[in-house]
Amino acid sequence: MKKTMYEKIWDSHLVVDEAGQAPLLYVDRHLMHEVTSPQAFEGLRLSGRKVRNPHSILATMDHCVPTKNRDLPIADPIAKKQIETMAENCRENGLNLYDMKNPNNGVIHVVVPEHGFVHPGMVVVCGDSHTATHGAFGALAFGIGTSEVEHVMATQTLPQKKSKTMQVVVNGELSKYASAKDIALAITGKIGTAGGTGYVIEYTGSAIRELSMEGRMTLCNMAIEAGARAGLVAPDEKTYEYIKGREFAPAGQYWDQALAYWKSLPSDEDAVFDATVTLDAADIAPQVSWGTSPEQVVGVDSVVPAPESFADETKRQACESALAYMGLTANTKITDIAIDYVFIGSCTNGRIEDFRIAAEVAKGTKVAGGVTAIAVPGSYHVKQQAEAEGLDKIFTDAGWEWREPGCSMCLAMNGDELTKGQRCASTSNRNFEGRQGKGGRTHLVSPAMAAAAAAAGHFVDIRKL
Amino acid sequence: MEPYKKHESIAALMNRSNVDTDQIIPKQFLKKVERSGFGQHLFHDWRFNDNGSDNIEFELNKPAFKDAKILVVGDNFGCGSSREHAPWAIADYGFNTIISTSYADIFYNNCFKNGILAIKADKDQLDKLMAEIAANEGVRFVVDLENQQVTTPGGNGFSFDIDPFRKGNLLSGLDDIGLTLKHVDKITQYEQQHKQNFPWLWA
Repeated sequence: MKKTMYEKIWDSHLVVDEAGQAPLLYVDRHLMHEVTSPQAFEGLRLSGRKVRNPHSILATMDHCVPTKNRDLPIADPIAKKQIETMAENCRENGLNLYDMKNPNNGVIHVVVPEHGFVHPGMVVVCGDSHTATHGAFGALAFGIGTSEVEHVMATQTLPQKKSKTMQVVVNGELSKYASAKDIALAITGKIGTAGGTGYVIEYTGSAIRELSMEGRMTLCNMAIEAGARAGLVAPDEKTYEYIKGREFAPAGQYWDQALAYWKSLPSDEDAVFDATVTLDAADIAPQVSWGTSPEQVVGVDSVVPAPESFADETKRQACESALAYMGLTANTKITDIAIDYVFIGSCTNGRIEDFRIAAEVAKGTKVAGGVTAIAVPGSYHVKQQAEAEGLDKIFTDAGWEWREPGCSMCLAMNGDELTKGQRCASTSNRNFEGRQGKGGRTHLVSPAMAAAAAAAGHFVDIRKL
Repeated sequence: MEPYKKHESIAALMNRSNVDTDQIIPKQFLKKVERSGFGQHLFHDWRFNDNGSDNIEFELNKPAFKDAKILVVGDNFGCGSSREHAPWAIADYGFNTIISTSYADIFYNNCFKNGILAIKADKDQLDKLMAEIAANEGVRFVVDLENQQVTTPGGNGFSFDIDPFRKGNLLSGLDDIGLTLKHVDKITQYEQQHKQNFPWLWA
């Protein structure tokens, strides 16, 4: 029978599949951070259970960590307690933790690939919806709740319902400065934040094959923004090349064995998907979100939509309340929207390639008056690499702040946040109300678009620079 | 987990779609290491004014909805983050039942791990329920999980579908982990095979 990649991974990880209960799926890798794990460890302790396979776990601290003055004690006592609890839980259970002082520290979904911890064909979970990132390697990777974190620690399995499959085909060539982020936003704009609910998405087509591993991570990262728990890209030479030689990569005699297995994973030709969505890369302009949901997005050459332009009543109402929250007027040109803040970073766009392209745009510019711009590397390794290439200097010369790694303003848990009414060009993944600070207004963009906005003080069509 | 029992309760109405987990429980409350006490922060940014007083414009602050156990809400409820703090806050506030047309996948799973019955109604049914509550705030619905039935005084009741495994667990209040560990021999067997097939993962 012809199988999709999702079905191959699913079938190979079924531990129990009996009538009257949810199928049990085996979990190869379990990623952790400080926010969604403490209650799971507490649950284990209370029930007297142990972590079944400590080697399957890699943990970091990222959500609450400060991105400046890292040598000072954490000011927020509750955040400090959470950080300390993480360290204590990892020590007690013998888990590999890259804590705040560790040279490998960073945002979980940036750190994990850096160490080759995820391979094609694996089942990967984390108490974090952006776990979908690792689908870039052809792994079935999805976010879980804290009860499930406890379940995986205790049993190395999860009861799961099989998802439907959706193929998102992106053919053609992206225009200059359009990126994986723009593809991700355009897909969410097209199918909506519930469009992928119940599905696992596989991204195919020539534009996807052209993306670097970093680009594929950005794309899969935002599968959840379209409602899909997981996104997948079939592994190819780029994937193998990326993994080879990294700390947790198969080595020596095992490399060829692993490679042979990985090459068997891509969806069979003529495998049937439950749904197919097609986009032409050439049609994708650099995207800017205008509302409070990632589906409320348009090309930079467009205008803020009017509520009456939506036929659907729910969408019309959503547009109205988004415009009120965002302080925007219908039909305003996107390029006329002035900003106060710029954030480059996050598990979506905090990798070296993101800082390279942003630096290319920022080079020789100055941050516009009244604008604060911060660049937050996704990990210490990204930071070091960027500094080795002199990118930090480009940013600081242009008036940007160059920070320590962490989730930072993606969800503003660590004190990096907008104040009420401030408007931010952000390379993160969610523009929900209050996401970057109560009353803060988020516009999702690519790193190049963010850098261009920082210099101009408003959005600009980067293709025209 | 408390077993889920048939009950008659006030149904609160939130006629909003795409309510995301950042609204259900804003991130500043995610730093606690306990599971309890999140109810006081449920819908914080909508529920309270900047000075901390109740926002009387917010639906759930209506006196008629006080003590509601049933939340009737628009499409795609719980989209966004995987944070289980969202269902913890909902349960801790006092809700044990949500009725909507659709939920985000991770949130939906998380509800059932916390004794919350998330009922899927079709659009027409939901519209009728919403209209009934709007016309008679404080109205009480009966939710009967055993028979998969919602009953309302206005005659807008309906029967709903639910996965039998989830239903069984809610009714019994059983611990998922305990159920899985009944299969521990199969897990061990799978791991032995896994080690043979993928030795590099165990090296």
